[in-house]
Amino acid sequence: MVVIGAGHAGLAASHFLTERSIDHVVLERGEVANSWRRERWESLRLLTPNWQSRLPGLPYAGADPDGYMTAGEVVELVDRFAAVSRAPVRTGTNVTSVSGVDGGYHVTTSRGEIRCRAVVIASGACNQPAVPRISEAVPASVEQVTPLEYQSPAKLADGGVLVVGASATGVQLASEIRASGRPVTLSVGEHVRLPRTYRGRDILWWMDASGVWDQRYDEVDDLTRARRLPSPQLVGTPERGTLDLNALAAAGVELVGRWAAVRDGRALFSGGLRNVFSLADLKMERLLATFDEWARAHGHDGSPERFAPTRVPASTRLQLDLGSGEIRTVVWATGFRPDYRWLDVPVVDPKGQLRHDGGAVESPGLYALGLPVLRRRKSTFIHGIEDDARDVIAHLAGYLAVRR
Amino acid sequence: MTTVDNGVNVQALLDARKVLAGAPEAAQFTWRASSKWQNGVHSTTTVEKFFGLGQEQAHKSEAVFDADHPEVFAAEDNGITPIEYLLVGLAACLTAGVASVAQNRGIQLRSVESTVEGQHDIRGILGVDSDVRNGFNDIKVTFKIDADASPQDIEALVAQSQKRSAVFDALTNPTNVTVEVA
Repeated sequence: MVVIGAGHAGLAASHFLTERSIDHVVLERGEVANSWRRERWESLRLLTPNWQSRLPGLPYAGADPDGYMTAGEVVELVDRFAAVSRAPVRTGTNVTSVSGVDGGYHVTTSRGEIRCRAVVIASGACNQPAVPRISEAVPASVEQVTPLEYQSPAKLADGGVLVVGASATGVQLASEIRASGRPVTLSVGEHVRLPRTYRGRDILWWMDASGVWDQRYDEVDDLTRARRLPSPQLVGTPERGTLDLNALAAAGVELVGRWAAVRDGRALFSGGLRNVFSLADLKMERLLATFDEWARAHGHDGSPERFAPTRVPASTRLQLDLGSGEIRTVVWATGFRPDYRWLDVPVVDPKGQLRHDGGAVESPGLYALGLPVLRRRKSTFIHGIEDDARDVIAHLAGYLAVRR
Repeated sequence: MTTVDNGVNVQALLDARKVLAGAPEAAQFTWRASSKWQNGVHSTTTVEKFFGLGQEQAHKSEAVFDADHPEVFAAEDNGITPIEYLLVGLAACLTAGVASVAQNRGIQLRSVESTVEGQHDIRGILGVDSDVRNGFNDIKVTFKIDADASPQDIEALVAQSQKRSAVFDALTNPTNVTVEVA
């Protein structure tokens, strides 16, 4: 048995494999929690409060349950998990190919070959930045940065910054770059608006308590859409402040529509900004109403809170001259995609996503963990891995038993 | 269970969505219009055939549209102005979207009315001021909807109809346009 990736997902798989005494090895291209060490910007903190940052057999035991871990603290957490669960990790072992062979899989790595009966792919959902083609039309005088390269505002050129995308990444980077004094324009497409706290509790407490986060992948109305949903507009700060578009606008960030095209050196933005605001406001209201209903049914005190609609700017710019020097840097917060170039099994769809049913990949004996809404809405969050890994490894164990 | 009937065959649309997910080439449509100059700024445009689902298609009958300028533009007003056709397209598209989404969400509509206003500074087309654009500066659509649904669900209907509207997209996002002489 081979597990690819020693992040929290691969290690959780290992935990349940060990529990079932299934012989396995965890292959890791770098070190344990590699992407948390190397592919995160300096200020990044988890979106989830500490008390939720638990892994199988490892509840949060620190002094600040309502705080949010830094990337460094996540590395410590995942390191500790690897140690506690005695995961058989082979670091510095890059998987270069996985192909199907009779009765299992052939895994080629930078340090040798392995034959195995089953493989768990836990290499992450965010291996590569998903940068749209319009980036090719951006003039060379404008620097382009992806979140995997971005470190801090200080490393950017002085001058204006166009942040593209209003997910957690986009709003966080827009906020800290604006705070550095640079003029920031944020190009906003469809997004997920959430307040940091609701009725006195962390919004993610509500997601957890009300059962929204436990909603299974086979109960979700439009699974394709749920799996493509941008991350919510949240930031984990000691102040537990809300970082929605109103907060950004108040901080002086200019909001423009979705970046649609570059024509004659000009960025052209959609005029449909008002509707993406409405969609996000309506969806947030619906979610909060779900929480209110749950609170009523469970006898929780307090009353519903409602938030001001996203303010539509008096006029939004529809175009911006990229050659004028106004914008020195474009930050592509346009999402990520997994990298399966090493996977020589025909299970990747034309959009580059694994074809799987709740983590059981289309090819027997091949499994996945740590992908968006893999088995539940919480699948990609740290605490979401436990239930998913338990289920997936149970399926895998059943597969091995039948095939024995 | 009461049956919601807004006259939209949502099942056919959902089936098409499923089939076309695996056959993107069949989803490629070409819409066509042919125009003929009459006199002055009056023209007639006919629409009949289009291409889609891999073959030539046609409407049940040919439709003819007159376009002209109003008398305040010193024209004969044989038809609406071309830019007003954009408003016709937008209103029709959003209304169709409201009906379809309502059907899909099990919302019975009793009436859907809308008004569309496009703000237009004609100094652009007259060449009075080159800083003024030729097209609309702003378009506002106001819906009045009577349906078996909460105000919030009605808001959501209208938002979703914009999200899936071809004309809303065509007006709010840039499109490459090639005009040539054959």
